Amino acid sequence: MELDELEHIAKQVRRDIVRMVHQCQSGHPGGSLGCTDLLVALYFKVMKHNPDFNMHGEGEDLFFLSNGHISPVWYSVLARSGYFPVDELKTFRKLDSRLQGHPTTHEHLPGVRIASGSLGQGLSVAIGAALTKKLNKDNGLVFTLHGDGELQEGQIWEAAMFAPHNKVDNLISTIDVNGQQIDGPTDVVLSLGNLEAKWEAFGWDVLKMNGNDLADVIKTLELAKSRAFQGKPIMILMQTNMGHGVDFMMGTHKWHGTAPNDDQLYAALNQLATTNHQDY
Amino acid sequence: MKKYTYTEKKDTRSGFGAGLLEAGRRNENVVALCADLVGSLKMDAFIKEFPERFVQVGIAEANMMGIAAGMTIGGKIPFTGTFANFATGRVYDQIRQSIAYSDKNVKICASHAGLTLGEDGATHQILEDIGLMKMLPGMTVINTCDFNQTKAATIAIAEYEGPVYLRFGRPVIPVFTDPDQKFEIGKAWMVNEGTDVTIVATGHLVWEAIKAGEKLAEIGINAEIINIHTIKPLDEEAILASVAKTGCVVSAEEHNRLGGLGDSIAQVLIKHNPVPMEYVAVNDSFGESGTPEQLMKKYGLDDDHIIMAVKKVMERKNRKK
Repeated sequence: MELDELEHIAKQVRRDIVRMVHQCQSGHPGGSLGCTDLLVALYFKVMKHNPDFNMHGEGEDLFFLSNGHISPVWYSVLARSGYFPVDELKTFRKLDSRLQGHPTTHEHLPGVRIASGSLGQGLSVAIGAALTKKLNKDNGLVFTLHGDGELQEGQIWEAAMFAPHNKVDNLISTIDVNGQQIDGPTDVVLSLGNLEAKWEAFGWDVLKMNGNDLADVIKTLELAKSRAFQGKPIMILMQTNMGHGVDFMMGTHKWHGTAPNDDQLYAALNQLATTNHQDY
Repeated sequence: MKKYTYTEKKDTRSGFGAGLLEAGRRNENVVALCADLVGSLKMDAFIKEFPERFVQVGIAEANMMGIAAGMTIGGKIPFTGTFANFATGRVYDQIRQSIAYSDKNVKICASHAGLTLGEDGATHQILEDIGLMKMLPGMTVINTCDFNQTKAATIAIAEYEGPVYLRFGRPVIPVFTDPDQKFEIGKAWMVNEGTDVTIVATGHLVWEAIKAGEKLAEIGINAEIINIHTIKPLDEEAILASVAKTGCVVSAEEHNRLGGLGDSIAQVLIKHNPVPMEYVAVNDSFGESGTPEQLMKKYGLDDDHIIMAVKKVMERKNRKK
């Protein structure tokens, strides 16, 4: 798929995000908008995957969303890539929906392989799935996404130590480095320090990219794929703007978990207009 | 009354080790994980035969639970091994979100449960794990009573699809169940039939109940002894059928009286047949260092305390008449 087509899909996904969060007046638009380009690149360009969903995903690349609160972007990308009807996005966070506030397998939503929301658990789960792929002689890759605030959870560092020791080199993880968390900037709440030095010291192959430049995202993901199976797990430090694509949501933690009102939705959709968008 | 004898004493954790090896031989998807307690969990034989199917995670139980959950994706059947304290309380949220809520086919195997861990003291003697695990929707909770039952249970849970908590212990105790038994998850075992009182025991307390039953027979009390190895799902029918006959119950477990087997039985009685009941359990306290025998006596978990509870509950029953 060409870059301009991907740019168009990313815009459509961002429209979905603000509309979903507006519709139920709850959810997390900031991180969702920031990570849109990554998820679009993964599902529409980089990953080998099958929308005819199978839990075990044999022969496929798998994706685990560890920072489950950015479910709106994942749901939109899953729907837009054919896992379930796009129209179902309107049930987000509502009673009897498969689109729970945080992703879960409990309601059998196609595309989701583990519940996430309580932070810090996804890297361990992804390592487990990667180990099984090796045991099964399945050469698919395992991708993950984590928030930067999530790195304050201790379990992340248990997993960080485990993966290089065990040469889990079919794993490509990404951290959304947006520098924001609920209570404010990460530098104020609890500094993350030099992330590149930290992950390298733990034995990971560390790459960096601009998470809001689709061309850079695709180039870096392809580079990461080329460096898989060489004895080290791969970590991509992805710089993003929280709220990317909607100017008044950008660069502040205030839109971490806040829904837009009617006027704000209208303003956001104006900024995200395309010539031929097809809203649900 | 059926007489139970034994020729040898073994620890239940060795039953787990033997069962794990057998389960591994029967199904190549069985994998094992351990958090730096291979010797204590008796996993050596499995590791020796299937080195590529074993994952040493180090002292990182949260990571172990997550990895186990992930390994089910692609069809593996992970057995995690550590002490009961670190297998439950320490990693409750990991089990809750990544295993139970995600409906993953993980077998959480926990040794050194309860007071009989002994000298290490209360930091390691968890008495709340049954309660923690049985409150998780979809979790099967099993507490085995001797080497043979633990081995059979380990093999059985490999063949069952869904999350399981399997609890066993450290001390050597009599081996008195059938070595060729078929372990049926959720099915009570009638240890001894009787008419005067129902003693429902689990884990290490089953042997204590058998000893109590023999002493009770000497003073003319005919006790029915039931082993509930599967605390969830509970064999309500077996309990209710016995109670209809005896009219009173004593529960016996190596656990806090809050949230354990006793409470599960009490719920069934309240709903269907509210007869007098007494608990033999730890009275909402932590443990302490000591030998297993000393601790079982001090905390009221031995055969003599079962006998005292039987006398008390029968008195209540007779007063009601």
